[in-house]
Amino acid sequence: MKKANRRAVLRGMLNGTAVTVALPLLNCFLNDNGTALASGAPIPVRFGTWGWGLGMNSEIFVPNKIGADFDLPEEISALSSVRKHINLITNTTAFRDSYQNLCHYSGWVIARTGAAPKDRRDIRGETIDVTISNRIGGSTRFRSLTATATADVRSTYSYVDRNTPNAPEWSPLQFYTRLFGPEYPDPNATSFTPDPLVMARKSALSGVLEQRQSLMRRVGSEDRARLDQYFTGLRHLEQQFQQRLEKPEPIAACRLPGEVTADPAMGQDQDAVSDRHRMMTDLMVMALACDQTRVFNMGYTAGFASTIKPGYEKPHHTATHEEPVDGELGYQPMSSWFTRHAMADWAYFVDAFTKVKEGDGTLLDNVFIYATTDHGYARTHSLDGIPVFTAGRAGGRARTGLHIDAKATSPTRVGYTALRLMGLDLPSWGADSNNTSSPISEIVV
Amino acid sequence: MTLTGRRAAPIEGRARGGKTAGTPGRALLVLVAGLLAGCSGTPEPAVPLAPPHMRVVTTQQYLNTLSYVFGTSINLGIAFPPPPRTEGLLASGAALSGVTASQIELFQRAANSIANQVVSPENRAFLIPCTPASSSRADHECAKTFLSQTSRLLQRRPLSDAELSGYVAQAGATADQLGDFYKGIAVVLESLLVSPEVLFIIETSEPDPNDPERLRLDAYSLASRLSFFLWNAAPDDMLLKVAESGELHNKRKLARVVDTMLASPRLEVGVRAFFDDMFAFDIFDSLSKDATVYPYFTGAVVADAREQTLLTVVDHLVRKELDYRDLFTTRSTFMSAALAPIYQLPAEVGWTAHEFPTDSPRQGLLTHVSFLASHSHPGRSSPTLRGKALRELLLCQIVPPPPPDVDFSALNNPDAHYPTQRERVAAHLQNPSCAGCHRITDPIGLALENFDGAGRFRDSEGGSPIDTSGDLDGKEFTDSVGLAQSLRDNPGLPRCLVQRVYSYASGSAMKPTDRVLLEYLTAQFSQDGYKLPELMRTVVLSNAFSAVAESPGIDEPLEPGVPVRQQIVLNGQPHQP
Repeated sequence: MKKANRRAVLRGMLNGTAVTVALPLLNCFLNDNGTALASGAPIPVRFGTWGWGLGMNSEIFVPNKIGADFDLPEEISALSSVRKHINLITNTTAFRDSYQNLCHYSGWVIARTGAAPKDRRDIRGETIDVTISNRIGGSTRFRSLTATATADVRSTYSYVDRNTPNAPEWSPLQFYTRLFGPEYPDPNATSFTPDPLVMARKSALSGVLEQRQSLMRRVGSEDRARLDQYFTGLRHLEQQFQQRLEKPEPIAACRLPGEVTADPAMGQDQDAVSDRHRMMTDLMVMALACDQTRVFNMGYTAGFASTIKPGYEKPHHTATHEEPVDGELGYQPMSSWFTRHAMADWAYFVDAFTKVKEGDGTLLDNVFIYATTDHGYARTHSLDGIPVFTAGRAGGRARTGLHIDAKATSPTRVGYTALRLMGLDLPSWGADSNNTSSPISEIVV
Repeated sequence: MTLTGRRAAPIEGRARGGKTAGTPGRALLVLVAGLLAGCSGTPEPAVPLAPPHMRVVTTQQYLNTLSYVFGTSINLGIAFPPPPRTEGLLASGAALSGVTASQIELFQRAANSIANQVVSPENRAFLIPCTPASSSRADHECAKTFLSQTSRLLQRRPLSDAELSGYVAQAGATADQLGDFYKGIAVVLESLLVSPEVLFIIETSEPDPNDPERLRLDAYSLASRLSFFLWNAAPDDMLLKVAESGELHNKRKLARVVDTMLASPRLEVGVRAFFDDMFAFDIFDSLSKDATVYPYFTGAVVADAREQTLLTVVDHLVRKELDYRDLFTTRSTFMSAALAPIYQLPAEVGWTAHEFPTDSPRQGLLTHVSFLASHSHPGRSSPTLRGKALRELLLCQIVPPPPPDVDFSALNNPDAHYPTQRERVAAHLQNPSCAGCHRITDPIGLALENFDGAGRFRDSEGGSPIDTSGDLDGKEFTDSVGLAQSLRDNPGLPRCLVQRVYSYASGSAMKPTDRVLLEYLTAQFSQDGYKLPELMRTVVLSNAFSAVAESPGIDEPLEPGVPVRQQIVLNGQPHQP
């Protein structure tokens, strides 16, 4: 007798009316030890980004010690709990080449696209998360997930091209509903009912895809590219429907998070930003644990961060420019107050990945996170001395716990390292002075 | 199948002021006026034409179209993300923006929700124009009736027989498979609602029979351009019928159609959408204030501040047909209970018409909470942001961003005490690289310093009296009323409106080569007393509105390598559906 195959079993069950499958009776749905996907496929390696605005104060941010066990100056003291999980690369320089220093823009755009922008609408190509998503994002329910703690749908660090931002999830309630609402395919559900209505919807969607050729003939070349982008998205939607017709592999690490029933406060005060960030982080982490996506972006604050400390009249961005440097301290205390909160929340973000057990380690072991900012010293809009973080071990391919002096090389070296770690075997990355073929070798195992 | 005849009749043209636009007298007057203007006025200058556009629909356009097709009880419940603002308008960004996989998913969720609402037991009797012979199996005739009517309105053109047959067959197969006629309808409606011709406004050109060397929009594209501009929604049944008849390119017929559309109550919807875009009111979607500084600036205030200005705009420009420039000096507005505390007025229930007294510093849109609060910091006012907004939003000027190498030493003195914003922003003038721009923004914003960062009146700041003197392009004034008058008289004000209206209507930003057209349209606007409906009429009847250039690359062969249905990969394994 031919051995039962779970996909064949399910497909057979769907052929006709819907049936409910009592999964515990089918041992072929589970692997032996629960440390990998039931199919025996290795635990996937995921890629993510984290973005914060307005850089840092180097005197109280940059550790003195290079290498492991680096010191944590006061502005990053909140990182003590995650130091072993991160790398801090300081002293990168974003080269603007012949273009203007576009305040609060050039820095992060260079780090994430590899190329200096010529104006504020310019994004050459796509951001790094899109490049990686095109490589590893095709098989999951979502090609990528993008969220922001700013409560502003316009605030994103992810672009498909200069005219097409990846709009972020800005409402925790909506993010929860999208991820874990009625259409969530729970991989660990005890029963599975293939829905013939979904099959009918998928079939109708396939009919829409067939309009491609005739429409393409009606438009010029630029609009063809936009239509192609649309049809690519539609094909992914068709794939989502197909996935809903098959019982997903059980995932031991996946747990349905607590339901979000209301949004938190949507103001710009620091507590509200932190609250939203925590909620978004928890949802994002569980989306990854449940293999809903393998590429993710979290925007903490924008370059022109308008985060406020209640009662203090200057928002973060304004404070970096208008707040006097304290003569005794040697830095802008309120600006640093905002940066310290950003670092505390970055620590929360990293730590959240360690809370999920996956295989013999944690989710963080199978993730690589690239965290960027817009400036080194925001007060003077400097494009040198820019700090970059990474977190996670990329499935054992990356080392962590290091402070690395980039020696005034481009942050694109860190991006290039990320691309290599995620399996993109590119000879180099970036344009002009930001082009590099030199990864951060200290990180690569 | 039983026909139930429930579909709403197309909205009838109704003249502002209660007259019926469709009456011969009104139509004749407009036609004659149009012909006279054409005979006596300066001829429209020729400018390089733009190719047809492909625009992503906005949330509001999608919703307005659904409201027309299915009624206002349909709830979208989802907002699509806005396109990047381009040359001052989201509408111009919509002609460039693509859609991401996440957006497609959002469109699909909306489509699924709408389809289910339409076929729900409580709605189907009203929204589906026939009753199937049996609700548990296919009824091709009833499906055909519903889908032919609905798809025509959603896709803004009639379907070919082959297209319609495909949809009917899909609905029938689904109905038989699931044993539910209405599920078949819902499945096909969902796919229609995410189809490219619904989510994109795709314009198509054809040779102009009057000049075969030139191209013009085809009738359906012209109908869509008209309708999305004037009503912010897809064409209605009336407009599609005219397009189907081939008469939309007839100048006289087009003029009559435009007049009907301008007289429709739906014009208010279109005008609201335009000014919401031009005034960058999307900022209200994420606007908040420091609650410790402005405790009275609540979520209700945010919503009502936007609404107050839009109500004022529509009342002034559409209902009363007044001079656009006077929007910036008018004392007439509307007040709500949420706004009353900020305006230091007694609260009344609902929206009520309100007239600021003649000695009030409140005069015109610049003194609305919408302008004052959205161009301030969360915890304080900003003369710079307000001045910059006035120049960029209302005069279509570009204020350069701050230079990156600013020396902040002027602001770096811990002992510095600035009693008011005037002294604080004066520090910018100490630095030559800052002074250039701050000189063109701050003197404007300083005249509005009688209003704090939430828009509430004050006459002192930190105990120091506020000096509200300033100037705009050399015209000096002493307060917000003087600023309002100065802006009202600035020739750049109507010119900017014309620039934005034309860009919004045609779907792409005006270029330097359009300068002569801008001058022509501005002169017409002046001649028409700066009345917005007249400007809209001039724009849509211009040659430039309907003539197009060939799309670059349209003759290029399609790439053969992209299959219609790509192989699906699941869990890393190729999957054959």
